[in-house]
Amino acid sequence: MELQVTWFVLWGVLWAVYFMLDGFVLGAGMLHRYLGSNEAERRVIINTFGPVWDGNEVWLITAGGATFAAFPTTYALMFSYLYTALLLLLFALIVRGVSFEFRGKLENDRWKGAWDTAIMVCSFLPALLFGVAFGNIFRGLPMDASGYQGSFFFLLNPFGLLTGALFVFLFLVHGALYLSAKTDGDLSDRALATANRLWPFLLVIAAAFLVAAYPATGLYGNYLDTPALLTLPLLAVAALVSIRVFTARNNVLASFAASCVTIVLVVATGVTGLFPNLIPSSLDPAYSLTIFNSSSSQYTLRIMTVVALIFVPIVIAYKVWVYRVFRAKVTTQEVMGDEHAY
Amino acid sequence: MDVVALSRLQFAITSMFHFIFVPLTLGLSILVAFMETRYVRTGNELYKEMTKFWGKLFLINFALGVVTGITLEFQFGMNWAEYSRYVGDIFGAPLAIEATLAFFLESVFIGVWIFGWDKVSKTFHAVSIWIVALATNLSALWILLANGWMQKPVGFVLRNGRAEMVDFMAMVTNPYGLMKFAHTIVSGYVLAGFFVLGVSAWHLLRKNRPDFFGKSFRIGAVFAVAAILMVVLTGDYSAVLVAKHQPAKFAAMESVWETRKGAGINIFVIPDPKRECNLVEGPCIPNLLSYLAFHTPDGEIKGLKAFPVEDRPPVTPTFISFRIMVGLGFLMLLLAAVSLVKSLRGTLERHPLFLRLLVYAIPIPYIANQLGWLVAEVGRQPWIVYGVLRTSDAVSKSINATQVVISLAGFTLLYGFLGFLDVYLLTKYARKGPEQTAPAVVPAAKEV
Repeated sequence: MELQVTWFVLWGVLWAVYFMLDGFVLGAGMLHRYLGSNEAERRVIINTFGPVWDGNEVWLITAGGATFAAFPTTYALMFSYLYTALLLLLFALIVRGVSFEFRGKLENDRWKGAWDTAIMVCSFLPALLFGVAFGNIFRGLPMDASGYQGSFFFLLNPFGLLTGALFVFLFLVHGALYLSAKTDGDLSDRALATANRLWPFLLVIAAAFLVAAYPATGLYGNYLDTPALLTLPLLAVAALVSIRVFTARNNVLASFAASCVTIVLVVATGVTGLFPNLIPSSLDPAYSLTIFNSSSSQYTLRIMTVVALIFVPIVIAYKVWVYRVFRAKVTTQEVMGDEHAY
Repeated sequence: MDVVALSRLQFAITSMFHFIFVPLTLGLSILVAFMETRYVRTGNELYKEMTKFWGKLFLINFALGVVTGITLEFQFGMNWAEYSRYVGDIFGAPLAIEATLAFFLESVFIGVWIFGWDKVSKTFHAVSIWIVALATNLSALWILLANGWMQKPVGFVLRNGRAEMVDFMAMVTNPYGLMKFAHTIVSGYVLAGFFVLGVSAWHLLRKNRPDFFGKSFRIGAVFAVAAILMVVLTGDYSAVLVAKHQPAKFAAMESVWETRKGAGINIFVIPDPKRECNLVEGPCIPNLLSYLAFHTPDGEIKGLKAFPVEDRPPVTPTFISFRIMVGLGFLMLLLAAVSLVKSLRGTLERHPLFLRLLVYAIPIPYIANQLGWLVAEVGRQPWIVYGVLRTSDAVSKSINATQVVISLAGFTLLYGFLGFLDVYLLTKYARKGPEQTAPAVVPAAKEV
């Protein structure tokens, strides 16, 4: 297999894992104010992902770094074309991270309330912006010989916003299931009920996305050429349906696992449709950025492949270990009695 | 201002802001790891208290260091797309490796450390902060190898309209990058040492927990003395490399206009870049500059006039930053040495004036660190990659001045606000002192 293809696969995997892991933090963050009915519950919610959110966000840094190292031209153009969207994303991620750390540092209701609002807004914005960005990448950006012809408001087209809504609802359901699995009692029940209430919206938006993608994007091209690939979106839909099947049986863990699989398969579906483009041009395919015309040299790709083959499994190993260490449910008593918790 | 100037200003503000937090993380992680190791080894509760008190300050500082780092990775693509496209084949690798090798370790194990007090063994808890300390420093290694490559590009050829990597090991063993790494991390250790000295001095002045802060002070003093000596050594070696690889930067650092052998150092200089000379200079210590640059008294120093005007860095800021940095370095050497002597003699309480001085000395290493970066980055101009790519050719083509003005204003406001809050919280918790760890009977939390 050509190294460019290897790196395309790895690129997709990095994004998929990032959305799977930060997705539940973003989702839980969006629901934090709503589900946390008092100070104790709000602290419980933050502490469910407290030990892991930072490590989850590094998948984004790695996805960015991998794009830079393996496909520098795509990295350069994607980041400069999406300037304003990425700026908003950065501000939101910065404030979100600071909120977790600062919120509990002063015993003052207004201070905490302000950070609670910040957590909600700065979890919603990244979810939406990632969706809008990927929606537009699927759709293609208006690029030709003279560069980029779009603007920030150009990105807010119906298909971009639909993909934004898809990401928001994927993460909301994902986050609600995570909270239900990681808490107990009333909070866990309410989180599960919320997941159930949100799920039909997710189903409708996902269906709309699959339909709208046909006229709006070139994603179906690869699937029509190789129909066997259609198993990916079909499995994604099956995973999405099984989320609800498992919640109906009160099996929250299985439902959360299904939600993880759904997110990974949604990314896989999109990325497979994109191949071999990284950013298609909506004006003229000759100006599309592909894995071949925007990649690093073979030498660099080889070096980076060796690094990835050695270190990504190590990262996965200690991340799995950490999730095991913190697998217990987070309770009110535990959080309120722990001076180290957020 | 045009897009280039605005983007440079934005990169300067965002990276300098990031670097307010990074040096303390680099050094304090090691000190906290040391304290916790002492606790595990001796079982002495005082060390546990120290771990928790300094660890809390470490975390308040750490949070902003982490979140402001993302900005830098994004900004290469957002504002410097032509740079990223041109050198991404070689420059992207260390950034991606940094994330995979170091950043993951750091951010995963910081979670274990914060939340794992009751979930992992005492020994492993201490190991996890060592992993954080190691990973933080490893992170710095890859970032500074990347920066070292911009200063002294190696291991590449110009091919296919860009710089392509042909020798990975050359980049990894680039003496310039390794030197920058060494000089930067030990500067961070100095900063952490002075932070611990200053905060401890504040409490010692008020007779708060003399046992706790006396011991902290001692640890800070030993660390600061060792680190500042390393700063001087690595600084000396830096000068040699700069003189060899970046002669125009070297000339600007000392404001030398005429090429001469056996050049001396003028104690007092006012550069006059318009007339290409120094308005005032003297008295001169003969041959010292040649000696510092080449470790021989009659080495030839190239003056700024030997370079075309368009290849010269801005002289005045480079010169002033360098002078003040070196001056502050020697001031810190003196302060650290006196701190250590007084601490070892046990006479700190008798010198309240000196203790007060140490409180006011907390900002000194911060200023010196920032000035060091100004020398490195302003002195590299007009190049973004020395001798290979000019800064003016590196900026994104698709962004306009309005966009950058908005983002610059946004960063300035947001960072200003977060920086203010961080300093406020650091001061609050530093003044509060260690928590009393006599856990009286904890009322059993029963659900009603």
